[in-house]
Amino acid sequence: MSRRFSWDVLAVVAAGGSLGAAARYGIGVAWPHETGGFPWATLVINVVGCLAIGVLARLAPEHRLALPFLGTGVLSGFTTFSTYAVDTWTLADAGRPLAAAAYVAGTLVAALAAVWLGLRPLGRPE
Amino acid sequence: MTLVLVLAGGAVGAAARYLARLVLPWSTIWVNVGGSALLGLLAGLGSQLPGWVGTLVGVGFCGALTTYSTFALEAVQLNASRSRAVAVLYVAVTLCAGIAAAVAGVGLGRLF
Repeated sequence: MSRRFSWDVLAVVAAGGSLGAAARYGIGVAWPHETGGFPWATLVINVVGCLAIGVLARLAPEHRLALPFLGTGVLSGFTTFSTYAVDTWTLADAGRPLAAAAYVAGTLVAALAAVWLGLRPLGRPE
Repeated sequence: MTLVLVLAGGAVGAAARYLARLVLPWSTIWVNVGGSALLGLLAGLGSQLPGWVGTLVGVGFCGALTTYSTFALEAVQLNASRSRAVAVLYVAVTLCAGIAAAVAGVGLGRLF
């Protein structure tokens, strides 16, 4: 994505970000966890978003607003680092340091693997 | 109504991340650490805040300002384009600073 500012890119990033945040909110409502419980919904959201951004980066759509809308907007607004960081502390603070460590490491490993997988061409030998 | 707050916060958060990218080096680190500190502060303040603030600023703004997908994609790309060491450092700095910022935010919020 270009590093020069443009209003149409800002607009599609904002629109995509609001849609991604709404999708994350909807999943969180449908799949809640108690305070101090394991945040499965956020883990799945982050890993699915990472798989999708890998696929998107591989496909590299040509339209100049496609990557800003889908990548910088929808997928980056859908996935979240802040909830991950705070939930990690909440788990540890609830007396579950092992669950906190598993959450930090599990999300990271699964997210990196998902990006890597998304970047692979499907069904084609390297 | 709640959905409107999430949509509005998400739009502003994603726009702020885009603007940060234009002006800051390593902008994903800055937005992830800053957003974690702010969300930690909201969590620390807890029930002192009206519920709509958590929805607008926490779920919407902080959630969309910060990103796991761009973070993970950049880590994989750094591993390919620069070196394994740079990618590991990027991940380590983001995780350590992000979680420390969240903890500091919670601690600050609990003071009030």
